[in-house]
Amino acid sequence: MLALTGVAALLTVVPLLLIFFYLLRAGVSALNLEFLMELPAPVGETGGGMGNGILGTVMLVTLAALLGLPVAIGAGVFLAEAGKSRLAFIVRFVADVMNGIPSIVIGIFVWAWVVVEMGHFSLLAGGVALAIMLLPMVTRTTEEMIRLVPGELREGGLALGFTRWRTTLGIVLPAARSGIMTGVLVSLARIAGETAPLLFTAFGNPYWEWRPGQPVSALPLQIFQYAISPFEEWHRQAWAGSLVLIGLVLAVSLSARFLIRSPYRSR
Amino acid sequence: MAMQPVPEQAGVLAAAPGPSGWARLRVRRSGGNVADRIYAACLLAFGLAIPALFAFILFRVGMSALPAMREFGLGFITSSRWNPVEGEFGALPFIFGTVVSSLLAIVLAVPLAIGLAVFLTELAPRWLAAPIGFATELLAAIPSVIYGLWGIFVLVPWLREAIQQPLADRLGDTLAFFRGPAYGSSIMAGGVILAIMIVPFISAVSREVLAAVPRDQREAALALGATRWEMTWQVALPYALPGIIGATILGLGRALGETMAITMVIGNRPEITASLFAPGYTMASVLANEFAEASGDLYLAALMEIGLLLFGITIIVNSIARFLVWRVSLRSGKA
Repeated sequence: MLALTGVAALLTVVPLLLIFFYLLRAGVSALNLEFLMELPAPVGETGGGMGNGILGTVMLVTLAALLGLPVAIGAGVFLAEAGKSRLAFIVRFVADVMNGIPSIVIGIFVWAWVVVEMGHFSLLAGGVALAIMLLPMVTRTTEEMIRLVPGELREGGLALGFTRWRTTLGIVLPAARSGIMTGVLVSLARIAGETAPLLFTAFGNPYWEWRPGQPVSALPLQIFQYAISPFEEWHRQAWAGSLVLIGLVLAVSLSARFLIRSPYRSR
Repeated sequence: MAMQPVPEQAGVLAAAPGPSGWARLRVRRSGGNVADRIYAACLLAFGLAIPALFAFILFRVGMSALPAMREFGLGFITSSRWNPVEGEFGALPFIFGTVVSSLLAIVLAVPLAIGLAVFLTELAPRWLAAPIGFATELLAAIPSVIYGLWGIFVLVPWLREAIQQPLADRLGDTLAFFRGPAYGSSIMAGGVILAIMIVPFISAVSREVLAAVPRDQREAALALGATRWEMTWQVALPYALPGIIGATILGLGRALGETMAITMVIGNRPEITASLFAPGYTMASVLANEFAEASGDLYLAALMEIGLLLFGITIIVNSIARFLVWRVSLRSGKA
């Protein structure tokens, strides 16, 4: 059985190695400072970069964090405090189901809601779409991290005469902070790589764009467009873009895992 | 990357005697101070925001799909003609492509994922389990569009030359689903890329449920003289089975809704063929490809209805899965 399951483990790891091998082989050659800083070059010209896409991704993720995190963390605190009540059970269940909504469906929802209302694609719509993806993920991890805080800490606060809200905000949340941060960073890394919800919200843009009401480029969108294009040069750039994207995603989620250690993590 | 499993506990307030959790918050309302009451109301509002948003998504997508539902009725999901220019909208090819590619992914992924989960929880020495577990977490963190890029330029050509062409040459005449020509971009390529993407996910949940099998169950089996293999196969796996089925269904939910990677490798042709080597199309892919260019209200509504169907399917699939996983943790006394 060891051999059989070992083969299964091997077969799972092989694609990972292959993906990283090709990313490095095809990506590194097209990667340079120009790629990180410049606008895309017109079709047929070599050079150019995905600077606007990188900026767009950073702006989209920041906006999503601003919109989504307060609600998500608030809902997580609610779930932790409401514990076993029926309402908490329903909210928890809906959050889990929401986590499974296909990202493309979030995309068409935000299109119907925000893009149609505004009249055009925009950074704002893209940020809303990513915030909706963020919401259930962060809610559930926040709840779990708060539950790891020992009850005695909370009781200590209450025994000292703190009100309930001060106990939560002043004692419980700071104690759970590192765990919550980890969950937030891992979730942000995940939405940074999302493409489908941005297709009809942020839409993409070949130029620099700062205004929140205008369509904006994003790294995954640009990788997608370049990958399905017929141009050799664009394929090269798609690999380089993927290398940058995976670098960003892994840097954020790995630093979350290794740099922030919660005192109450179980393992 | 999956967060650590955390045992379900009664709410953090339940350590003290008396009504637990939310009930306590409410009890306090009668005598509590004003700030605490505002605090409880705020928390309630945040909590309710999630079901409210969920209902709003369902409502908004449903409303947008209404014109198509009125126009086509049930014919929408039974017709296989998709020709927007002629105003013909039948979603069957997309439903077919979605279901077949996802089932193929499940067939490929589940044995691997369970094997991996058993290997990591039961058999592998620690020095090996840690890096492999880490590698599977990395796989889960790779963005879908990168799987797609790798799929287009590495997986599809390899499948065409090394798998599809030989199989079509030898078995194509006898078995319809191996019939050529070998396109490369095909339902099979879609299934394979989905399988690679969901293995880490299914195995992560399977590991959690395997780890939730009580120690005394395992020890009882070993004490009765079972070998390690017998203990795993006859005690741990059957005990965890509902959870593993739940994990599989969760994986299915992922596969059904996955968009970018499969759009890039499946070939995007709305046809229903028996051959796995022929191009197909999925519900998510048609949204990704045609939504931005859809002209005409009926076309948009038809795409919205596809989105609504996809939404509905994933709600059902995820609910079943969550229920199964939840029941296992309940049975092992953790809820």
